[in-house]
Amino acid sequence: MKFTEQHEWLKPEGDEIVVGITEHAANELGDIVFIELPEEGKTVSKDDEIVVIESVKAASDIMAPVDGEITEVNEAIVDEPGKVNEDPMGDGWFFKIKPSDPSQMDDLMDEAAYQQFIS
Amino acid sequence: MSDLGRTPLYDLHVELGAKMVPFAGYEMPVQYKLGVMKEHLHTREKAGLFDVSHMGQVILRHEGGYGPVAQAMEGLVPVSLLPLGEKRQRYGFFTNDDGGILDDLMMTNRGDHMLVVVNAACKEADIAHMKAGLPGVEVAEQRDRALLALQGPAAEEVLEPVAPGCDIMKFMDTGIFTSDFGELWVSRSGYTGEDGYEISVHATHAEALARHLLAHEAVEPIGLGARDSLRLEGGLCLYGHDIDETTSPVEGNLAWAIQKVRRSGGDRAGGFPGAERILNELDEGTPRLRVGLAPEGRAPMREGVQLFANEEGGEAIGHVTSGAFGPTVGAPVSMGYVPAELSRPGARLFGEVRGKRLPVRVAELPFTPANFKR
Repeated sequence: MKFTEQHEWLKPEGDEIVVGITEHAANELGDIVFIELPEEGKTVSKDDEIVVIESVKAASDIMAPVDGEITEVNEAIVDEPGKVNEDPMGDGWFFKIKPSDPSQMDDLMDEAAYQQFIS
Repeated sequence: MSDLGRTPLYDLHVELGAKMVPFAGYEMPVQYKLGVMKEHLHTREKAGLFDVSHMGQVILRHEGGYGPVAQAMEGLVPVSLLPLGEKRQRYGFFTNDDGGILDDLMMTNRGDHMLVVVNAACKEADIAHMKAGLPGVEVAEQRDRALLALQGPAAEEVLEPVAPGCDIMKFMDTGIFTSDFGELWVSRSGYTGEDGYEISVHATHAEALARHLLAHEAVEPIGLGARDSLRLEGGLCLYGHDIDETTSPVEGNLAWAIQKVRRSGGDRAGGFPGAERILNELDEGTPRLRVGLAPEGRAPMREGVQLFANEEGGEAIGHVTSGAFGPTVGAPVSMGYVPAELSRPGARLFGEVRGKRLPVRVAELPFTPANFKR
């Protein structure tokens, strides 16, 4: 698993990557009440703002962690945003992306580095 | 956050794991371990305990008793205070010469004096306003007292053993109770739309009282985050957002608080700042009105969102003054100002969120039914 400085986790699954936000991020945001996901099939560039998350108090954006194509989005969290707070590292996943340049993953933090980053 | 004030319950909040934030010059708990949504839902289901000690508690005294105080205050608020029954509390607002609102407040007839509770953000200005505008009246801020709010259907059952007899109080009744925590000044009122009490306690007993109430299995500590979503669902104004110096009480949909006797033709018509505009608006109506707004989708429409009559084109015709997700309603809820001709419930407007115009309907307030003990 890899991590970005915006508190996203990336889990390779075949030639796709599953992306979500970390438990740390979910706790910081508080109760999430609204999520807007990108469209499946959309081509995105690294750092594009592609997900809107609204917590009880404020709105945040999630950026594309790498260049690629969005292959699947998790509709379940649109219907029940609270799922992200309940299981941010599992059922609360956001989208799957097929990276156009897998080497972009190399620059991201591993688990140990991320734990250091948030401490 | 070193320049901020702390209430007598600060240490308790920290001990309970509260996330502290600056609010109106104080370090206040925005949420505890349950989080905003669960704290909100708990309050409507059982009982929530709020620290609102940052608010101002002020005693107004005149050697002639309550009457002269009430008369003087009627010169600052467009509300009928003279006939207010003893131990009864009433809602009102200070107005300015333009007919705008300086603050909203609660006033109680305490027999030989008046007790006033004002918002924390306006406390200093309100006290100065009263000192300047109430000749012959002593204005004494009660700085040695804390203020707690116990709100929810279980509030009566929780408070009764502490303040026996509080169970027979009706909405907006007040009383003074001797208790194990010193003298408690209790009103059956609040800011959530639920039944409940506001309890003034001497600062030295505040923590003990709070711990005692929290020990009851029905009670959870509730932060300012849930306080805001509760009052929003309840259709209640937040000064500085839904009402301010530019909004008259009539535009603000608070005309209900201006009794007939203070309106044109009434025995004590006018005589408060901004009376000309306010009386005129009561007679003629206003071009805009504060209404409830229910976004049709899931995206909250927060303060500042511009409102449009059509999905495309045209200028903004209104704006949102408060908005959030309503946990009880299970959907976003907002309040804002719209043109009077578009203010009937069901009217369809569009709010611009992140560059897109999303549908929103004018909604009746409150969003959740009030549960006051009548």
